[in-house]
Amino acid sequence: MTRRIFGVRTLGLLGLGLLLVGSYFGLFVAPAERYMGQVQRIMYVHVPCAWIAMVCYTAAFVFAVIGLWNGKPRWDARTTGAIEVGAVLNALLLVQGSIWARATWGVWWDWDVRLTTSLVMLLLFAGVLALRSFVDDSDRRATWTAVATIVAFVDVPLVYFCVRWWRSLHQTQSTPETVSPAMVLPLRLNAIAILLIAIWLIAQRAKLERERLRKEQVDEPARVTAGLEVTDA
Amino acid sequence: MNVIRQALVLVGKDMLLEWRGRSRFISVLLFGVVTLLLFSFAVGPDSVALRAAAAGFLVLALLLSSTLSLSESFRLEQEERALEGLVLLPVDPVALFYGKAIGNTLFLLLLAPIFTPVALVLYSVELGAMKILTLVGLWALAAAGLSAPGTLYAAMTSRLRSQDVLLPLLLFPLVVPVLMGSVKAMALVLGGDPLEQLRSWTVLLGGFAVIYWSLCGLLFPYAIEEGG
Repeated sequence: MTRRIFGVRTLGLLGLGLLLVGSYFGLFVAPAERYMGQVQRIMYVHVPCAWIAMVCYTAAFVFAVIGLWNGKPRWDARTTGAIEVGAVLNALLLVQGSIWARATWGVWWDWDVRLTTSLVMLLLFAGVLALRSFVDDSDRRATWTAVATIVAFVDVPLVYFCVRWWRSLHQTQSTPETVSPAMVLPLRLNAIAILLIAIWLIAQRAKLERERLRKEQVDEPARVTAGLEVTDA
Repeated sequence: MNVIRQALVLVGKDMLLEWRGRSRFISVLLFGVVTLLLFSFAVGPDSVALRAAAAGFLVLALLLSSTLSLSESFRLEQEERALEGLVLLPVDPVALFYGKAIGNTLFLLLLAPIFTPVALVLYSVELGAMKILTLVGLWALAAAGLSAPGTLYAAMTSRLRSQDVLLPLLLFPLVVPVLMGSVKAMALVLGGDPLEQLRSWTVLLGGFAVIYWSLCGLLFPYAIEEGG
C-alpha cells in the first residue's frame, strides 16, 4: 500500500516539475503569437486544462458505469475524485478563458460554443456533487452519484452541438501542423504535466473518500446502539 | 402483464389521483400564468420587445412549472410510503418510470392550452391555426424532453430533505438543449422561418427526448432500489 501511494505521489511530483518546465518554455522560449501578442501565452495552461478536464469527466463516466455494474465502493470514490478534479480544472478553464477573451475579443464573456458548453458542463457536474452531499446512506449515495454522472456526461455532446448552431467567435482548433513547433512543445509538456497532477489528485481524493466511508461505517453501529439513528425517508 | 400495460395502469392511477385532487394542476397553472405576467413586467410595455421574447418566456414558464409538477408527482408517492408499496408490487421498475414519465408529460401538455393563449395575448402575437398546432407540437416535444430526466431526478430528490433546491439544480443545466431548441423553434414559428431552420431544431428536440427516455428508463431501477 505504501509503495502504491509513493508511486502516485511520484506522478504528482513529476507533474509539478513538468509543469514548471513547460511553463518556462511557454513563457520564455516560445515565440509570441503574431496577432494576439504576449497574452496568447495563456494558451499553454488554458488548452491543457480543457483537455484534462474532459479526460477527468470521461474517466468519471467510465468509473460510474463500472461502479453501477459491480457496486464496489472504490469506484464511487474514484468517480467523486474524477468529478471534483474535473470541476476544478473546468473552473480554471473558464477563468483563464475569460481573461484571454477580455484581451483578444474585448469582452469577459461571449456566448461562444466552447465557452457556453464549458460553463454548462461545470454546472452539470457541480449538480452531481451537490446531490451527493445531501445523501446520508453510503450505498444510495454511490448509486445516485453514478446515475447522475452518466446522465450529465451524455448531455455534454448535446449541449455542444446545440450551442454550435449559434454564431461562434472562438478561433477554430489549431493542429500541430499549423502551429510553430516551439509552441507545440510547451503545450504538450503542460498537458502531460496537468494529466499527471490530475491522476495524483484523483488518487488522493479517492483515498480520502474511502477513509471517510470506513469511518462512517465504524460510526454507524455506535449511533444505532446509542439510539441516534435517523431515517432519511 | 407486460411493461407497456403496467405503465399505462400507472398513468391511469396518476391521472385519476390528479382528477380527484386537481389542486396540483390548478396551482401549477396559476404559477405559470404569474411567471408569464412577471416576465412582461421585466421587459416593460414595449410590444416589439415582448413579441421578440415571447417564445423564450413561454418556454421558461414551462420549465419553471415543470419543476413544481415533477417534485409534486413524487411527493404524493412519498406520503404513506406509497413508492415503497409500488416497488414491492410485481411491477417492473422500468414500467414505473415510463408510467410516471408519461404522466408528467401529459400533465405538462395540459398546460399548453392555457399558457399559449395567455402568452399570445400578453405579448401581442397573432397566429394562424396551423402555426398554433405547430407550437403545440413543439410544446409536446419540449414537455417530453423535460419529463424523462425530470422524472428520474424527482424520484431521487423526493427522498431527500432539500428536494426543492436540488431538482432545479440538477435539471436546469441538463435541459439546456431542450430550452435552447424549443425557444429557437418556437421563435421561428412566431416570427417566420425564411431559412427553414425549424426542422433542425425539431430534430434536436426529438433526439434529446429519444436519448433521455431510453437512458433514464435504463437507470431508473437503480435510482429507486432500496438501500441503493
